[in-house]
Amino acid sequence: MSRDEMSALQGKRLHKIVEYVYHNVPFYRHKLQSMDITPDDIQTIDDIVKLPFTTKKDLRDNYPFGLQAAPQSEIIRIHASSGTTGNPTIVGYTRKDIGVWTECMARCLTAYGVGRNDIFSVSYGYGLFTGGLGAHNGVEMIGAAVVPASTGNTEKHARLIRDLGITGIACTPSYALYLAETMEKMGITKDQIHLRVGAFGAEPWTENMRAEIQKRLGLKGYNLYGLSEIMGPSVSYECQEQHGSHINEDHFYPEVINPVTLEPLPKGQTGELVFTTLTKEGMPVLRYRTRDLCSLMDGQCGCGRTSVRMSRIEGRSDDMLIIRGINVFPSQVESVVLSMKEFAPRYMLIVDRVNNLDTLQVQVELRQEYFTSTFDTPAAIDELEKRLAARLKSVLSIGAKVQLKAPGTIERSQGKSAHVIDKRKI
Amino acid sequence: MTINQLSIFIENRSGTLVKVLDILKQSGIQIIASTIADTAEYGIYRLICSEPSRAYQELKDAGVAVALSDVFALELDNEPGKAADAVRIISDADISITYMYTFLWGGKGILIFRTDQTEKAHDVILQHHLSFIDENDLAGGGEN
Repeated sequence: MSRDEMSALQGKRLHKIVEYVYHNVPFYRHKLQSMDITPDDIQTIDDIVKLPFTTKKDLRDNYPFGLQAAPQSEIIRIHASSGTTGNPTIVGYTRKDIGVWTECMARCLTAYGVGRNDIFSVSYGYGLFTGGLGAHNGVEMIGAAVVPASTGNTEKHARLIRDLGITGIACTPSYALYLAETMEKMGITKDQIHLRVGAFGAEPWTENMRAEIQKRLGLKGYNLYGLSEIMGPSVSYECQEQHGSHINEDHFYPEVINPVTLEPLPKGQTGELVFTTLTKEGMPVLRYRTRDLCSLMDGQCGCGRTSVRMSRIEGRSDDMLIIRGINVFPSQVESVVLSMKEFAPRYMLIVDRVNNLDTLQVQVELRQEYFTSTFDTPAAIDELEKRLAARLKSVLSIGAKVQLKAPGTIERSQGKSAHVIDKRKI
Repeated sequence: MTINQLSIFIENRSGTLVKVLDILKQSGIQIIASTIADTAEYGIYRLICSEPSRAYQELKDAGVAVALSDVFALELDNEPGKAADAVRIISDADISITYMYTFLWGGKGILIFRTDQTEKAHDVILQHHLSFIDENDLAGGGEN
């Protein structure tokens, strides 16, 4: 498809989606009305700059179904991802949405060179997280045999990779390294396995990690990008050239903006990635601010594809951390710490990567007045730490090690980022 | 029968213990006995001292996580087996001891223990005519 044809298609779809949300989502109707915009003002893809942005906060404020455009009877699946505080983000999909998602995922797998003769293991979590089921449907669509390994029980998974001759795997890059390590411990060598394709995503990774995973598992590792607010994995993918990730831009229209002035940036400049869903029925979003920092690339790729490509994610424009593929905001930790009277409102998140697995330690300060004779044994202190750890786990969806600090020993933070020490080299 | 023990939360970091000891030194508090329940990341420093209430206040004012705990203090003859005899009596009464330590004071063995079953421990000590000391016995300073 030529660029002109693509732009024409995007413009047509944009007009349609604006009209659709205008009539079906009061949130967008009010927003557009307050800006004096009607769907007729949006005719070409260049008109997108007239539209308002959507943020994670908008999703949270309209929890659970406020931004849903399709009637509940049309929704056939609901996923949820973590929110900054309290409410998770709920995304409902219609049958058509699942079809588009599956098609986009199939495009990714095809670009990776996966076909019907492959045995492909999906080791993203199956469940509320979009990774597992999203990748799963795509693998089935292209006719490869899907092994829904999910996460956990790595030793059994390693045995299956060897015994079934599994050729492809989708997982987080850190899990791939953990898997390699598990195999080495079990004595499974590279020549006993047949992995050749890895689809890695859900967390930032580097070229160094890619080289290490490729060396240890003997496969070629490709980037797989996505986010549940837009769809899930399949928003963009690397091809054999591995020079940027091709965006499925007929469904997800990308822009890069200056996160401060909100002005769109030209191709090649790094800024915040913004997506508009062009075909989504369940929960379409206009100009959703992903907070991911990257740049966009024009021009035909060596593989022949003409779709726009995005660079690696270079960082975040907010303080979100991705730990073992799960989004974690320091504010979530803060809300838990503040809910327990034994702790001062000071905390520190220490993120590290030990044996290729992300670890999270939360340091909290004991409030002087709550250190009473009840707490004069390690057992009582441990119980207090465990209570906090259990609450953190239920809010963050990942385990954290709690470390109690003496009063006044955690520095008062100057800003949000001062709550985090990220020791991972990524 | 019970005396005040200071329980102090200290991190396993150089300088934290010195800070506490310096405060006691500057306040002219004498340490009679002390012990640390240590874990990998922190310790609970327990100490018996002269003027525990004043020591508590001084430490608290300095921002230290400190608590006053009531602990039992038995006085034993300084002879082999006396601690065993005393603990046997407590144990036979089904009283669980949270922690325990001993030290010498004025030629006598002092056995400190903490339990949550305080009333029961109180009764057992009286029933078995076990000797004990109280706060005033420690106030005058001791000669070992």
